[in-house]
Amino acid sequence: QRSLAHYTWRRNCSSAVMPRITSHYTIFPRDKDPRWEGVEMERFADEADVVIVGGGPAGLSAAIRLKQLAKEQEKELRVCLVEKASQIGAHTLSGACLEPSALNELFPDWKERGAPLNTPVTEDLFSILTEKYRIPVPMLPGLPMNNHGNYIVRLGHFVHWLGEQAEELGVEIYPGYAAAEVLFHEDGSVKGIATNDVGIAKDGSPKDVFERGMELHAKVTLFGEGCHGHLAKQLYRQFNLRENCEPQTYAIGLKELWVIDEKKWRPGRVEHSVGWPLNRNTYGGSFLYHLNEGEPLVALGFVVGLDYTNPYLSPFREFQRWKHHPFVAKTLEGGDRIAYGARALNEGGYQCLPKVTFPGGMLIGCSPGFMNVPKIKGTHTAMKSGMLAAEAIFPKVTAEDPASKTAGLHIPEYEDNLKKSWIWKELYAVRNIRPSFHNYFGLYGGMVYTGVFYWILRGKEPWTLKHAGLDSAQLKPAKECTPIEYPKPDGKLSFDLLSSVALSGTNHEGDQPPHLTLKDDSIPVANNLAIYDGPEQRFCPAGVYEYVPLETGEGMRLQINAQNCVHCKTCDIKDPSQNINWVVPEGSGGPAYNGL
Amino acid sequence: MSPASVFVCLSLTLLSDYPVIRVKPDNSGVVTDGVKHSMNPFCEIAVEEAVKLKEKKFIKEVVAVSCGPTQVTETIRTALAMGCDRGIHVEVSGKDYEAMGPLQIAKIFAALAKKEEASLVILGKQAIDDDCNQTGQMTAALLDWPQGTFASEVTIDGEKVKVVREIDGGLETIKISMPAVLTADLRLNTPRYATLPNIMKAKKKKIANMKPADLGVDMVSRVEVLRVDEPPTRLAGVKVETVDDLVAKLKANGTI
Repeated sequence: QRSLAHYTWRRNCSSAVMPRITSHYTIFPRDKDPRWEGVEMERFADEADVVIVGGGPAGLSAAIRLKQLAKEQEKELRVCLVEKASQIGAHTLSGACLEPSALNELFPDWKERGAPLNTPVTEDLFSILTEKYRIPVPMLPGLPMNNHGNYIVRLGHFVHWLGEQAEELGVEIYPGYAAAEVLFHEDGSVKGIATNDVGIAKDGSPKDVFERGMELHAKVTLFGEGCHGHLAKQLYRQFNLRENCEPQTYAIGLKELWVIDEKKWRPGRVEHSVGWPLNRNTYGGSFLYHLNEGEPLVALGFVVGLDYTNPYLSPFREFQRWKHHPFVAKTLEGGDRIAYGARALNEGGYQCLPKVTFPGGMLIGCSPGFMNVPKIKGTHTAMKSGMLAAEAIFPKVTAEDPASKTAGLHIPEYEDNLKKSWIWKELYAVRNIRPSFHNYFGLYGGMVYTGVFYWILRGKEPWTLKHAGLDSAQLKPAKECTPIEYPKPDGKLSFDLLSSVALSGTNHEGDQPPHLTLKDDSIPVANNLAIYDGPEQRFCPAGVYEYVPLETGEGMRLQINAQNCVHCKTCDIKDPSQNINWVVPEGSGGPAYNGL
Repeated sequence: MSPASVFVCLSLTLLSDYPVIRVKPDNSGVVTDGVKHSMNPFCEIAVEEAVKLKEKKFIKEVVAVSCGPTQVTETIRTALAMGCDRGIHVEVSGKDYEAMGPLQIAKIFAALAKKEEASLVILGKQAIDDDCNQTGQMTAALLDWPQGTFASEVTIDGEKVKVVREIDGGLETIKISMPAVLTADLRLNTPRYATLPNIMKAKKKKIANMKPADLGVDMVSRVEVLRVDEPPTRLAGVKVETVDDLVAKLKANGTI
């Protein structure tokens, strides 16, 4: 019997040359690359008052609020919004139970305007699952998960509707153009962004159709890239925004849409579960929402905290096997799966809030991370943060003399307003729930803590618990862990990864440098595979990462199937070597979610 | 004498390469709500060819035309961003749009080409959602103009156009007189990207609006879609060990 150590040694000793993986210009700059000599790199530039990166709930709410204020006060304001998806809503994925608080403030007449909030929550169930059974937990009013007054929405459709409202108000929206670079004034303040270049070949050389992106300059730039944005990652370092907060912690959420048997359909019903198939020390759980939009559609999914320790864990396969639980299977039997997708989400809450304003810009929405984790809701706080940003910006950007020390406006009033708002109160009250899972009893300890301290004291306890640290540092070496035996997909309730990825509608221009860039091409085999058995093969919900045998010689190499990527950002978060840097691919690439 | 104006006729299709398409529960068609629509890839190639011809000074003006609901103006704007001079949007929506097929579209394009005195009408060879491959040919027939279809190379030579056509047997080169109809095949060119500055500039270019009735075209369809079904699910294959087993199985299911 050969030992695991022997196999890993054999896999890593390679007599062949490793083929190069990364060719992106962020790793291999073009000014030193002879293939780029003489290529025109000048960019066309345009000016707006405010530029917004990201057409999600936060970005669109900020844009709408700015235009509403402009209309009220009869001032002119040019607001430009860029979005990497081919249409607004195509990269949006969420459960989702929407709390209409922010929407009521933004559009009190949202119903007349046709906002797609069609499914008021009628029933709220919470269970602890064991392998065969279900223990119901009463949803008492006051518990964070209670959904009375909320709506089950298809967030992609809601965001699309927000986009239509924004365009009507005069916001210039440019889907299909990704913000690839942050631009800086000479004084170090943010000047705006540049959109992605197009027409770069897979090996990093210029194609005949090469075109430079354009520069959009603004007095202030809002960054609403969603959870773990790639430009935000750069801004945290540039402006030291995270020096007084804990590192952000995350989870991955996978989701499917099913058309089920009409007899099993209960429109308005919300179901959540914890427990099986995860063990008590792995944070996570499921959701299943019955929509009411004509046909018997359910939105269901599974969330796994990315602080998990076993490198053999596959969030995708946990999701697939959860569907076989008798309580879930009985709803799905006879149904058809019509959509699939995945996205990382924030779990850090209050302890992980960074500074959100800096000279020339601000961070809004899930990018800094206002999600209320025990409520599993972040849309209402994201929208509110966008609105608060707009309200802080408007007087400065329309003033005759902005009285700013830097060329890009620094508007700390946004952060002050956040701290006075209900976002802050809400996040403060629930701050200890997620970290309370870090105890010997795991899930059960956390539930006891929630029941005792949150339900009774509403977060007024004077202490603030800490998270466990960076998610990427939590994995134990593979030799200390047991591989998990996942059941084979049955093709009726559970499915294989590739047919799932096909249902996300994702695609990218094939002939472009992989946008999953590696700082060092040799680390995946030398570190990730050698010590952790290549966890990226398991945590990527789209099959981007594969370890395949080398064509010549012995050993393995990492193959990156960039075209499959669904832009979930999990790899950038969970890579134990922190060697993967997700950058934005050519605009319009990525998933084609329809109402996810 | 160089031709004055070229019409590029665009089609707005479901981006059916990669999004998830499913059949409506009543089998009357395919679900299109919320699915990303964009310019048909062969029409992109057609636009690129027209713009190239203008850049080489063979033609003076490129007009982008499309028929359909309001969404279609976005597609026309993309064509304008690629270099077309102006656009014409023929509004067709609702039931008329659902029933609209190659014959109705060809009648509209033919009427417009005559009205605007176009010298060349360039289309994509077929739409990737219905794969009809009929509109270009019907347009040429209605106008009684020569046609160069499946073009993989187009050269203007005085009053004539030399077209290299992709056919099953290889390549066929023909020479046709203008005015003519051309349809673009895959290898004709690689379309340029519509860059953001050009999209912004395209907002200032004109798109005229009209209805089929303004052109004297009736939209009544002669085709009725009876039913749309998903392709049957592939059955699992069976492995056999020997040739005898194979023959036995083929006999058993009636193949031989």
